[in-house]
Amino acid sequence: MQLTRRDLLIMGSVGMATAALGVTPALASLTDDEIAKITGGAEVGAGDLSVTAPEIAENGNTVPIEISAPGATMVAVFADGNPTPNVVTFKFGPLNPTHAASTRIRLAKTQNVVAIAQMEDGSFQKASANVKVTIGGCGG
Amino acid sequence: MASGVKPRVKVPKTAAAGDSITIKTLISHKMESGQRKDGDGNLIPRSIINRFTADFNGENVIDVTLEPAISTNPYFQFDATVPESGEFKFTWYDDDGDVYETAKQISVS
Repeated sequence: MQLTRRDLLIMGSVGMATAALGVTPALASLTDDEIAKITGGAEVGAGDLSVTAPEIAENGNTVPIEISAPGATMVAVFADGNPTPNVVTFKFGPLNPTHAASTRIRLAKTQNVVAIAQMEDGSFQKASANVKVTIGGCGG
Repeated sequence: MASGVKPRVKVPKTAAAGDSITIKTLISHKMESGQRKDGDGNLIPRSIINRFTADFNGENVIDVTLEPAISTNPYFQFDATVPESGEFKFTWYDDDGDVYETAKQISVS
């Protein structure tokens, strides 16, 4: 079969699409792996857990985030576009009334900040926030 | 990296019994992530604070595990219940084995 220019163009675009698809799941699955480590494959639902982050962060070096998880014993935060997805883990003690905390994190690029909460009854909840990052915060 | 590390904590001096108070903490630390490279292209080794805890009269309020994705000069804000007068104790654990501690008194009326 003789390859026409049209054939080559189609092959090229299909190849590019596959390559583009191949990159994102690789990073996302790192986060999924870490989440699976915590939950042990248990079902993750939605609930009162919330993540508050700015929609647009000009400087990825310090992005303020706030998590609020009433009834949770533990909350782990992940950034799915960072070289290593783990960000921070909060464990709440008996003297903590609100089970909320704020901190500042580094984000390498535009991505989702995902929080997984372990509730008092052993179930899990998930919440996420998308942050657009203008300048990445992980150095070169 | 033990030079220039200075913990700062903001706790109200007084409160009513059973009240929920807001605590803000900040510690100056460069939090080297282990991802950056120096001028010659060599990786700068990781050097971060990996754990922070806050206790009130020996009871835990919050226990935080920090990863390299936490910003320089790690900052935390959280709430605590104060059943009686006593002392808040804040502890930071550095990668190099150093432990930084600070304490704040609060009187409950």
